[in-house]
Amino acid sequence: MGKDPAEVFLNKGVDAKTAEMLVKAGYTFTKVARAHEKTLREIEKLIGEKKLKQVIASVKAKERAPKKKKEKPLKTIKIERKEVPAKVQRSTPFEIKLKKMVDDMGRKLPWEVLHEIAARLDGAEIPDKHLKRILELTCDRHEMHRIDPSESVGILAAQSIGEPGTQMTMRTFHYAGVAEMNVTLGLPRLIEIVDARRVPSTPIMEIHLEKAAQDDLEKVRQIASNIELTKIIDIADVETDINNMEVMVRLDKRKIERKSITPEEVLRKLNKAKGLKGLAEMREGNVVIKCDEPSYKKLQRISEDTKHTPIKGIDGITRAVIRKVSGRYVVYTEGSNLEKVLEIDLVDRANTTTNSILEIFEVLGIEAARNSLIVEASKTLDEQGLTVDIRHIMLVADLMTNDGDVKAIGRHGISGRKSSVLARAAFEITSTHLLRAAITGEVDLLEGVVENIIVGQPVTVGTGAVNLVWSPAKKEGA
Amino acid sequence: MMVSGVTKRISAIKFAQLSPDEIRKMSATKIITADTYDDDGFPIDMGLMDPHLGVIEPGLRCKTCGKKVDECPGHFGHIDLAMPVIHVGYVKEIKKLLQSTCRSCGRLLLTGEQAAEYLRQRDRMEELGGDTLDTATVTKEAAKDAASRTTCPHCGTVQLKITLDKPTTFREEGHKLTPKEVRERLERIPEGDLISLGMDPAVSRPEWMILTSLPVPPVTVRPSITLESGDRSEDDVTHKLVDVLRINQRLRENRDAGAPQLIVEDLWELLQYHVTTYFDNQTSGIPPARHRSGRPLKTLVQRLKGKEGRFRSNLSGKRVNFSARTVISPDPMLSVNEVGVPIAAARELTVPIRVTERNLAVAKEMASRGPAPPGDVYKAGVNYVIRTDGRRIKITDKNAATVAEGVEAGYIVERHLMDGDIVLFNRQPSLHRMSIMAHEVRVMPHKTFRFNLCVCPPYNADFDGDEMNLHVLQSEEARAEAKVLMRVQEHILSPRFGGPVIGGIHDHITGAFLLTHEDSKFTKEETLRIMEKTPGLDMPKPLVKEGGVEYWGGKQLFSLILPKDLHMTFKSSICQRCDECKKEACEHDSFVVIRDGILVAGTIDEKAIGAFKGRILDKLSRDYGPDTARMFIDQSTKIAIGAIMVRGFTTGIDDEDIPDQAKREIDDAMTQARLKVEEHVGAYRRGELEQMPGRSLEETLEVEIMKVLGKARDTAGQIAGRHLGMENSAVIMARCGARGSMLNLSQMAGAIGQQAVRGERLSRGYWNRTLPHFKKGDLGSEARGFIKNSYKSGLTPTEYFFHSMGGREGLVDTAVRTSRSGYMQRRLINALEDLKVMQDGSVRNTAGTIIQLEYGEDGIDPTRSVQGEAVDVDDIILSVLGDKGELIAKVQEKGVVSYGIQDRDLLETPEEPETEEEPDFEPGGGEEG
Repeated sequence: MGKDPAEVFLNKGVDAKTAEMLVKAGYTFTKVARAHEKTLREIEKLIGEKKLKQVIASVKAKERAPKKKKEKPLKTIKIERKEVPAKVQRSTPFEIKLKKMVDDMGRKLPWEVLHEIAARLDGAEIPDKHLKRILELTCDRHEMHRIDPSESVGILAAQSIGEPGTQMTMRTFHYAGVAEMNVTLGLPRLIEIVDARRVPSTPIMEIHLEKAAQDDLEKVRQIASNIELTKIIDIADVETDINNMEVMVRLDKRKIERKSITPEEVLRKLNKAKGLKGLAEMREGNVVIKCDEPSYKKLQRISEDTKHTPIKGIDGITRAVIRKVSGRYVVYTEGSNLEKVLEIDLVDRANTTTNSILEIFEVLGIEAARNSLIVEASKTLDEQGLTVDIRHIMLVADLMTNDGDVKAIGRHGISGRKSSVLARAAFEITSTHLLRAAITGEVDLLEGVVENIIVGQPVTVGTGAVNLVWSPAKKEGA
Repeated sequence: MMVSGVTKRISAIKFAQLSPDEIRKMSATKIITADTYDDDGFPIDMGLMDPHLGVIEPGLRCKTCGKKVDECPGHFGHIDLAMPVIHVGYVKEIKKLLQSTCRSCGRLLLTGEQAAEYLRQRDRMEELGGDTLDTATVTKEAAKDAASRTTCPHCGTVQLKITLDKPTTFREEGHKLTPKEVRERLERIPEGDLISLGMDPAVSRPEWMILTSLPVPPVTVRPSITLESGDRSEDDVTHKLVDVLRINQRLRENRDAGAPQLIVEDLWELLQYHVTTYFDNQTSGIPPARHRSGRPLKTLVQRLKGKEGRFRSNLSGKRVNFSARTVISPDPMLSVNEVGVPIAAARELTVPIRVTERNLAVAKEMASRGPAPPGDVYKAGVNYVIRTDGRRIKITDKNAATVAEGVEAGYIVERHLMDGDIVLFNRQPSLHRMSIMAHEVRVMPHKTFRFNLCVCPPYNADFDGDEMNLHVLQSEEARAEAKVLMRVQEHILSPRFGGPVIGGIHDHITGAFLLTHEDSKFTKEETLRIMEKTPGLDMPKPLVKEGGVEYWGGKQLFSLILPKDLHMTFKSSICQRCDECKKEACEHDSFVVIRDGILVAGTIDEKAIGAFKGRILDKLSRDYGPDTARMFIDQSTKIAIGAIMVRGFTTGIDDEDIPDQAKREIDDAMTQARLKVEEHVGAYRRGELEQMPGRSLEETLEVEIMKVLGKARDTAGQIAGRHLGMENSAVIMARCGARGSMLNLSQMAGAIGQQAVRGERLSRGYWNRTLPHFKKGDLGSEARGFIKNSYKSGLTPTEYFFHSMGGREGLVDTAVRTSRSGYMQRRLINALEDLKVMQDGSVRNTAGTIIQLEYGEDGIDPTRSVQGEAVDVDDIILSVLGDKGELIAKVQEKGVVSYGIQDRDLLETPEEPETEEEPDFEPGGGEEG
């Protein structure tokens, strides 16, 4: 050490005058950095508030500096788009003909339905008269099957998802096709989805590969072993030698071969690892880490750090299993890290998924999160053999992702953000909401359902939404 | 011009804080004494039961408004506190305010620009449609920013650190701030700065959060009860107010007498404690105030909060009149949309009838019958008559005649229930809208509610003692709405999946199966018996004549109740899923074909008329309307019951009889399995077991054993199954979907198999063993819960014990599940309740935010959808091209429209056989464990 205390201040970006003042008053950099309220106030008297803020800012900035390093600008994943996938199927001439017929009738049918009809009738020569009749009937039925205005679709969706909840199981199951992995399914999984839990209780990824790799077992193995997080402890025995004050890493030949790791690589990684910088060296095919201080405590720490040094793989992924699914190799992983996995070469980015909804949201955006919500929820329900119309699940997903952020169903999400005080009070944490409403002067416009039930008037959905009153005309002579 | 029936609506409710002035202004009287009643039992003036606060005893009049019980809403009083105390609900806010404002000048510790910037942010947030939580975050940030400042930008005073000693003590650098001091500081905060802190100065001032006077709720809110012994028992809130008053009194006396500071401060703190617990008796950090008996008092917050609180149990749900509850029992002779109501209930439940000139005679006649009309035949009487001036007259046997005489147009007559009245019927838990449906009343003798068995599935009801509720509608609008929207037939299709939830169960399905399976035929007498309960059917011509006896075909009889233009094709539930479907030529008669309303081939079973799966019900209620569907359900179930009664049907333990030979085979299979398990265990002990990748050795062994034992159970089931043919009643029920499964049967006749807890073989109990009957570390099949016996042969004691272990897990699971799924549903309902479809087809919440631009992306009602699809294209094509044989053939050639109607299973290619399992590969060693 022996540095000039003023220099330290200068290095941290404090101007010379202030630094001098501080040093004169007997403050060192650490003292300022760790200063409590009281000391800060003393300093303030010395240099004034404005200066103090600057000093604190620079002190804090330096403290945060290493953190900022980690926050690298988000890597834009380089994806070579060969061809933009077509979102809409191109219509066949027959479909266009059908569409024209419908338009001529002055009616409307979605393409979806026209596709269906076309798939059945294209090629079979059907006189236009019959075609027209078919389209007419389809239009009639389609109109008949439309939802009524004012229908309380929210309640419908909530009941349709909630009611089968009572019929679901609570146990975890083996993942479809991969017997080794457990997944949460049934009710706990459904609750997890509606809660928008940050990390699912059993995160799982399904990594599909590009054509170049999906049939080549060697390549797939390569990729899988690159994904799986490998720590020193997984490939070696770590021994602590107290006599020589060193930690011995005995690499397991068979294991490192299987993972295609070279001892040199291990050495390099260990030398770079935190707390072990430059301490490791090779000796007779084993890596030895010498302790630089004559302290058993340090030795112990080195031993622990060594064991958990990651050598290879992606953070968070604890296991990768290869399975053949409809003729192609697919990698299933326990643990999930979508961002990092998508950066790997030969990974089919369009088909690779994870069951962590929040991760999909962070990497791919809100629309992807919405889709993932729908897919995960229907998968959970289907697996239990319960049929629930997709529209109900879509509505829940749409509500959860409505404002561009995944919100949970419940007091921390949707329910806590309702505009009505009474509705919030009726749900949970009653008193807090009422007390807060009083000081902020909130106004409840009684637009929702519970509010109106509370004050005892018709609700605003369903038949209650209609405000039509018939006033009978005065009878003649009455 | 008078517009009647229009009620005024409350358009908005604004929340605000009560100022001390307001509290005093709205007070009917000041409360000063802690005593409630004098020695004579009269309330003391200016006491907590002051007659100015309202009346609770009948006969007395309120001293404030002069009204009687039920008319007087009660009036607030007030207590003037000797010293100010802090309102517990606002401690956090007070802390925020103290920290973010100057200790001397009271201004917000932000420069004008900063404050303006935060205000701008907040306005922007509101403009963009942010909710209360969003704006709260901005103000929180502003407060945090201000709190971090150490000097006031306005007056330059150095700020000291304010800490909160929970629950209600504030300290400034360790020095205690009295509520008085706090109040003085809050008073200094200018109105303009309050807005930046998220408060509305128009409705609340920060110093009001420190109480100087306390409103005393009216006695009607805290009624005292007179016990049988004549003692009065006061409400918890009254008790608490007594405490507050006592301490308040002592504090005032001590202060005025100039008592030592220490004593005054102690009393002040005690007053703070009592006021705190008066608001919330569950404040963390202080012991709850208790009743003499040791029970914690229920004070204000406790009254509002939680499931039993005011909000959830009295405001969101309300108790109602004109309702009944009793045990339910089945009655197959009722239509699905009827409910049998016992006479006793019908005489209590009434329907108000407005008397007009046209129904005057009827009303008079009814009224004259009195509350209990005599005679064997039930006739509706009248309990009350309401005169035009609103007076309600109770009719008794004595005054019936005179009151009836006085009935005139404009009166309201409350008559008893009659056949055909619309009522709501409900069974808890009401998990979906089909849990409350409208039925038509049928007044019946005896004491239970009765209904058709087909409505058991939507209510999830059975008759093992279930009770249900019935509500009688009281207005014409309600009745109309119930009739159009809530009748049973309107709910045959479930909005959950667009299929039927009402339909045949158990014997209906067995009956339909017996009636229609293969070439069943019935003699004239039998036919008449089958048909007698379904009126309106013409006897068809006999199908065949054999040996001089005329026979009618079962399929022929079933066809009678089908609409004449019905075309359908589907596979029934007895379908064996052969590799290649032979369609009409199916040897199991499981390919149903209906042409022009004639059942040409196939068996009617669960897939046709069952609840949840019934294809015919599905089609009828969607395309022919709910009334046709209701008729069909009634008729098909009655015909099915007719058939099962003619044929006779029973099941018993002898249905599980299998020959001795088979029993020996099963025994052999079990022994083999046991030996095989031992082999595996041996291999494991010797270390010869080959490890599965990704599994430990123990896990591998378990998997292998489970495989062997699973197979053994299946083998036993197969052996037993070989001797259980379609002539077996139990098998019939399992196959046609009426009740039970083949697995159940094989467990009864073959072997029960492995018991599991948490998906593993049983392993816990004693050290390294499940029971002391086994050796330690025994991994064999018997020691780990494999049951080789069948339910019929009986279980050994250890097996029985293991079976209960497995059974308990199921019970625990159910108990946990109901509460968890109930809470999930509550949250879902709460989050989604205010979404509705607008006229333009978009889905919005009541605040106007668009959730979906088009409901479900296609605007189709899931109830009316065809298994989720918008339109059943196949059906339309068939109905248009149906008689153009050549054209339909062309379409069918494409293999898409195979037989026309809505059977997706027919169109699907047979499921791909499981992809061949590649040898497991694990990239890592995986030698854990």
